[in-house]
Amino acid sequence: MTEILRTEGLSRYFGAVTAAEDINVTISEGEIVGVIGSNGAGKTTFINMVTGYLPPSRGVIAFDGTPIKGLGPRKLMRKGLTRSFQIPQLFLELPVIDNLAIALAAAEHKQFQMVRPVRTAARLQAADEILAQMRITPYRDEMVTAMPQGARKLLDIAIAMLGNPRMLLLDEPTSGVSMDEKYTLMDTVMEAVHQRGLTVLFVEHDMEIVQRYVTRVLAFASGVVIKDGPVDEVLADSQVQELVTGRQHHSADTEGEA
Amino acid sequence: MKPERTELSLIGVAIAIAVMAQFSPDWLVFTLTLAISTALVVMGVVMLMRAGLVSFGQGLFYCLGGYAVGLGGRFLGITDALVLIALGVLVTVGIALVLGLLMTRYREIFFAMLSLAFSMILYGILVKSHGLGSTDGFGVTDWSVLGFTPGDGQATTTALMLALVLALAIALFLNRYFRSSLGLACEAIRENEVRVEYMGISHRKVLYINYVIAAAVGSVGGSLTALAAGHVDPTMAYWTVSGEFVFIAILGGTGHVAAPFIAALIFTLVRTYAVELAPNAWQMILGIVLLLIILFLPKGIWSLFERRRRATE
Repeated sequence: MTEILRTEGLSRYFGAVTAAEDINVTISEGEIVGVIGSNGAGKTTFINMVTGYLPPSRGVIAFDGTPIKGLGPRKLMRKGLTRSFQIPQLFLELPVIDNLAIALAAAEHKQFQMVRPVRTAARLQAADEILAQMRITPYRDEMVTAMPQGARKLLDIAIAMLGNPRMLLLDEPTSGVSMDEKYTLMDTVMEAVHQRGLTVLFVEHDMEIVQRYVTRVLAFASGVVIKDGPVDEVLADSQVQELVTGRQHHSADTEGEA
Repeated sequence: MKPERTELSLIGVAIAIAVMAQFSPDWLVFTLTLAISTALVVMGVVMLMRAGLVSFGQGLFYCLGGYAVGLGGRFLGITDALVLIALGVLVTVGIALVLGLLMTRYREIFFAMLSLAFSMILYGILVKSHGLGSTDGFGVTDWSVLGFTPGDGQATTTALMLALVLALAIALFLNRYFRSSLGLACEAIRENEVRVEYMGISHRKVLYINYVIAAAVGSVGGSLTALAAGHVDPTMAYWTVSGEFVFIAILGGTGHVAAPFIAALIFTLVRTYAVELAPNAWQMILGIVLLLIILFLPKGIWSLFERRRRATE
């Protein structure tokens, strides 16, 4: 498979604190990779460095074979690398349809048009299509403030997808979403991901979600990748169980086997 | 492009005012001209507010527009009002292009204070310029429009007609602008700059363009005021004048292109009568009006029309 993202020696320090240390990862096109780790393990720091939100202290990041270290979110998005956020980053006091219309205008490089309306027939159609795909059509003309958390997450991801990315980084897509909603949400997202043939890297705390939706896992602890491999292999690793998923997971498995 | 309902309404109101002016006393025509000129500067404030920025220095561009008219007539011998206004826009855009590079780096109180500082620098320069009349300012020379020189008693009405035509053109443009990609990008920046960047939009570039257009619109307002009043002085750049523009912007709200015009008219009339009826307390009256607006109509007078529209829907 073709390599799409590669990091070499990627590190980030905040004074004397090491948030990420020597991260060497290669991700191939079409992979769905989960990033796990306890709080402060370096997952979000890693995602933030890759998406240009946080400059690395040292190391290399290459997207599609081109170095991207130092590039900001705007340039990365234009290269096909974008993200969603743990706390959805939306335009709260604008209607949902306008959140999508401006994203579509930006994707078409028409964000500086001054006279033509942003709501063109083609954009409205494209917005309606993604709203339907994300199952949030009922909120089309509502303000974002009227949406529940799950719907906001889906809108956040929909906006990221409208930029025609090749790779999407999802930061805890199910956090703050109820148990009932999270599988529906993930099914919806993954359906859209597969339809677009995207490569996905997503941070997740919920191991059931990880097990169900990803094929490969990067396990973080204290700023370093302690295990990288197929989902079952990583989740069964004793060090991962001790530092990331917790002893309970291990014990439950042992009890099950007994 | 097909004209929309708002555009047809704006054209209709402009024609109605033009007709009404033929039968109105000079003082009312003059008041209307000032209100329209002021509304244009307020429109610039509204453009910035829609992007989440509050300028306490829009008087800078108002004053530049006014002084360009005064100086153009006095030192360059230009008599055509449209050329004088264009000169004001040119000078203002030149200055805004430079200031915008710095201003678009700042937000919130820093933007507000920096804009105030620049307008006060111009005020300070003009006050010290004895050749330009210092604090007294100077008179604007007689002007014409496309070869038509207003005779005795015609200047006030001609100024109103000129203001109406220019304000209508600007309002029609801004009505489209507010619903364009760039106009919506401004609102998006107000809501969430991070997301705007992740959409591939340069928030600095959007704010920069918006800032320059707002300055140009403010300059036209200043030029029209100078033509109508026949006089310019440094107070046009004084911070309290800029404060009045913010006051009117809050009064009207930012929801519609017509809001600044309605608010400017109300403000001009309230101030005229308040000064007349309570010469020592008119500022207090305006303060109370602002307080009531903030408390009961936080989205401005225009929100009353919005509520009514929603109720009928």
